[in-house]
Amino acid sequence: MERLQLNETLSNNKEVRKEISQEAGVDISLCYQCGKCSAGCPVAFAMDYTPRQIIRMLQLGLLEEALGSKTIWLCATCDTCSTRCPRQVDVARLMETLRIKAKSKGKITDKKSDVFHDTFLKLVESYGRVHEMGLIMQFNLKTGQPLKDAGMGLPMLTRGKIHPLPEKINDNGAVKKIFEKCRQLSAGGEQ
Amino acid sequence: MKYAYYPGCSLNSTGLEYNMSTKAVAKSLGVELVEIPEWNCCGASSAHLTDHLLALALPARNLALAEKDGLDVAIPCAACFARFKATEKAVRDSDKTQKTISEIIEMDYQAKNTTLSILDVFANKVGAQAVSALVSKKLSGLKAACYYGCLLVRPNKITEFDDPENPISMDNLMTAIGGETVNWSYKTECCGASHAVINPNVGRQMLRDIYRDAKLNGANCIITACPLCMSNLDMRQQEVASFAGDAAYDLPVFYFTELMGLALGYQPKELGIDKHFVDAIPLVNKLGQVQAGRDSA
Repeated sequence: MERLQLNETLSNNKEVRKEISQEAGVDISLCYQCGKCSAGCPVAFAMDYTPRQIIRMLQLGLLEEALGSKTIWLCATCDTCSTRCPRQVDVARLMETLRIKAKSKGKITDKKSDVFHDTFLKLVESYGRVHEMGLIMQFNLKTGQPLKDAGMGLPMLTRGKIHPLPEKINDNGAVKKIFEKCRQLSAGGEQ
Repeated sequence: MKYAYYPGCSLNSTGLEYNMSTKAVAKSLGVELVEIPEWNCCGASSAHLTDHLLALALPARNLALAEKDGLDVAIPCAACFARFKATEKAVRDSDKTQKTISEIIEMDYQAKNTTLSILDVFANKVGAQAVSALVSKKLSGLKAACYYGCLLVRPNKITEFDDPENPISMDNLMTAIGGETVNWSYKTECCGASHAVINPNVGRQMLRDIYRDAKLNGANCIITACPLCMSNLDMRQQEVASFAGDAAYDLPVFYFTELMGLALGYQPKELGIDKHFVDAIPLVNKLGQVQAGRDSA
């Protein structure tokens, strides 16, 4: 991160705190930076900022920097942090909210993760259920790695663990409608 | 005992052994599972990372269908279970959310029913003692590392099940069927979930830690209650060993229901145990043949 004048960023911090509280239902000012979240985080080794650092950034008004981190995309939402936090800060909920926010601003630092989850949800919208073989094949194609895990394809087919055709539910209009309505409401700012 | 049954997408595909063995065990234990008609995907780990409302609405449609029949829901998949529980709680805690969700799914959903993991049903509603009484083949020789993963026990205020740091339900069941369980530190560590696909090197490191700790503590297999944990742990052992430069871990991975099924008298094929990637049959053939350690008296 480049050098920052904190007396300038600090002026944002009330606004950031309010925004996060509204969107995630999490009060970041509760955090006293003990680091328990990050000590227990199973993905911290791969992150650019630990969960504790992300919260500190937000407390200092550095929202854009937090949204540009890899951390929010690497979080596996395993909830270890939220379970252990002595101040009841729901860190995992905060991470998923930051990720949704980053995506809405077009700040996507982990393209593969974004493609994976979008592909997953498109399949659910189309068929009402997720088609695992379709998910992996589409993901691999869209991310330019068509042969990834290809060796597993045949053994999975012969074991009946993947199916070439998706399973559908009869009344998938109901699921399509759920997607449509959520899009409208979320666009209107409903949480 | 009767529940609405939500298998979820994986149980018809990568996790089909979990579906086969759950149904077999339920039958033996007298638990009636009525599949929710026309169930839809709960959105699992993708919806809540994309849209908070969608993450509640997708499970809510299934919950509302079960509520109409006046049934609680039993779910094998840990990820589906976590999403159902989160929805249930959000709707119960807020009238506004209840209204919004009911409008979205176009069904009245009041969260009068509740969701249980199938592990909870077998371990606590049926109970380890009752299971033990029905065992026809004691699985002596089993040294299980019971792996609960993240979503069955966390966050505890939502899952309302077992201890978030040291859960014991699965251990109790394994003991009830004549096996032993090991003490280990990775019971509730994350397997990396979709990282195995999205960021393989991150996922591999997380899996490696789990294999090594299980072996270090003398386990001869890992037991799970989640189809994604199973896929990761079972399918990627070779890949992780060559990534880390380790010798083969050689750890068969089971759904806890598969082992219960064996103890209740089913054949490995009826439970899907022949479909694993790490060949589990050699270990299965040994179970019950050696004198049990602490259970022999």
